[in-house]
Amino acid sequence: MTIPTKKKMAPAASKLYADDVSLLMVLIDTNPFFWNSINTSLSFSKFISNVLAFLNSILLLNQLNQVVVIATGYNSCDYIFDSSALQNHNQKGESLLQKLEEFVDKDESLCRDDSVDGPGFSLLSGSLSMALCYIQKVFRSGPLHPRPRILCLHGSPDGPGQYVAIMNAIFSAQRSMVPIDSCIIGAQHSAFLQQASYITSGIYLKPQLLDGLFQYLTTVFATDLHSRSFLQLPKPVGVDFRAACFCHKNTIDMGYICSVCLSIFCKHHKKCSTCGSVFGQAQTQDSSTPDRKRKTSVDN
Amino acid sequence: MLRKETNGEERRLNRDEEDEEEEENDRGHDAWERTYADERSWEALQEDESGLLRPIDNKTLYHAQYRRRLRTATAARIQKGLIRYLYIVIDLSRAATETDYKPNRMVVVARQVEAFIREFFDQNPLSQIGLLTLKDGVAHCLTELGGSPESHIKALMGKLVCSGDASLQNGLDLVHSLLNQIPSYGHREVLMLYSALSTCDPGDIMETIQKCKSSKIRCSVIGLSAELYICKYLCLETGGSYSVSLDEPHLKELVLEHAPPPPAIAEFAISNLIKMGFPQRAAEGVISICSCHKEAKVGGGYTCPRCKARVCELPTECCICGLTLVSSPHLARSYHHLFPITPFDDVAVSSDPHKVPKNCFGCQQSLLAPGKRLLFLLYVIMIRDE
Repeated sequence: MTIPTKKKMAPAASKLYADDVSLLMVLIDTNPFFWNSINTSLSFSKFISNVLAFLNSILLLNQLNQVVVIATGYNSCDYIFDSSALQNHNQKGESLLQKLEEFVDKDESLCRDDSVDGPGFSLLSGSLSMALCYIQKVFRSGPLHPRPRILCLHGSPDGPGQYVAIMNAIFSAQRSMVPIDSCIIGAQHSAFLQQASYITSGIYLKPQLLDGLFQYLTTVFATDLHSRSFLQLPKPVGVDFRAACFCHKNTIDMGYICSVCLSIFCKHHKKCSTCGSVFGQAQTQDSSTPDRKRKTSVDN
Repeated sequence: MLRKETNGEERRLNRDEEDEEEEENDRGHDAWERTYADERSWEALQEDESGLLRPIDNKTLYHAQYRRRLRTATAARIQKGLIRYLYIVIDLSRAATETDYKPNRMVVVARQVEAFIREFFDQNPLSQIGLLTLKDGVAHCLTELGGSPESHIKALMGKLVCSGDASLQNGLDLVHSLLNQIPSYGHREVLMLYSALSTCDPGDIMETIQKCKSSKIRCSVIGLSAELYICKYLCLETGGSYSVSLDEPHLKELVLEHAPPPPAIAEFAISNLIKMGFPQRAAEGVISICSCHKEAKVGGGYTCPRCKARVCELPTECCICGLTLVSSPHLARSYHHLFPITPFDDVAVSSDPHKVPKNCFGCQQSLLAPGKRLLFLLYVIMIRDE
């Protein structure tokens, strides 16, 4: 892929403590609709206990390691735990669980719809953005900082409305050279996270037996970035880069692109439905054309 | 060193002859030395709370934000030219050997062009760049229009020799003939990095400028020495932008301003449906002969959906059937220009301690430190689409 990996664009102050100090941002999917619908092989409490054990093992690997946990809810996202915060020196586990409970209650109170069809979509774009903001703050904090990476523990299906926001977050992670790892705890693969892990050179994994989640987490996701070059980690399998056409939402491998707004169509049309440009003729200097375009954009 | 000290003493003693002394000093100092002798850049340093040195760069930070805000405010709902065919014209005449940019203008320009090429392909994956040089009064085509940054940078860094005069008309003529061959939906642009103070033309340059204007080529010029009327006229006629750089950081800023797509003039490019293919990535162990290098390769390539040839990287044009091959993240890269984020409003830190939240929502930075003017969400990412 020629979206180039730019060594020159590395953050200005990237002198490290040592090669193996890492800052791990964990994004936990707390979408209640997803957890209700999942098969009972993994309940939320068992999931949290696996994750807590994993976080402890990260903090044991190196005393300078940092872990930050962000919960991805249905209506909102928030920070649940920060291992470098001074008030967390005692009772780490209890404070995490307490804040998680508070977050879930608050998220539920923000719920606007009474009933939702299916699992609903959690706000992955929001928590990715918050994780990247925190990482940028760490980059600007001085010449010594750990190497950051993001781990998404995600299970809800992909929300198509978040596509542009998630792609923006992926590109900014790529520019800052922050890998996005994904561990899928749901039933189906997530195309967004497959692309995220491929573009940012992270690891994408869908464990076959969720009972042993802790083992998958420690063997695949626990090592720091420097050591990854020495390990045989799961390779990306069949990332699907095909696009979906705007008219039928079918995945196509050959299509037509509007040169003005880059909308994808599967058949030849006379007019673009997104931006209103008529194909094959020069646009006139009509004042109605910009109004129509503005109207179309507002309607979308 | 001794000369400078004596001059300083003389200045202190003879205040009447101050102007003369300063002129002598300036003649002795180069431009870069003057920043230390006169402007005392060390006084701009400040210590932060942990004792580390930090320069006061608030002014540049605010200025950069101000410029960004101006750009986004005006560019919110304006159509942008996303498929761009840009020629970069580099002036390699005698004037490029001037040493007012360290080590000389040619090297600085080459460095900035390299950074620009990378940034350009990052922001506009579907566009193409070509390189031209002006040397000895003639224009040469260094590289053809292509979408791979490495080939352009390699060609540029290999041939940095300056001589002769620069000819604006020859450059424009060559660009005009090259850009006539591109498809009608593409936006034609030229970016000239002009160091010379004159142009040595074989004919009437006004005619050439009119020719470019009627072919809808948008020419922009970045001058390195001084403002030239003919460059200003060229940019005005064709709808481009003309700026003159003051020093190297300013040059970098001006060059990188041309990386995001400019506002498009609707009748400059005919909107059209372009046929493109979205290849799948081959599995890891597959062995096939790749069509770009003509050799056998293992795994990790893409298969053209029309003719099933293997290509190594995207975006590219299939060598066998000519289909443009892209992947959906390349298109998604341009959505950033189509749906720009609304600019943030500056919120003054209020004096009431209860109104201000304790930590930043996005990054958990403490907001209670006294005397700090804090900016929310410095790195701007779209949080929610709705």
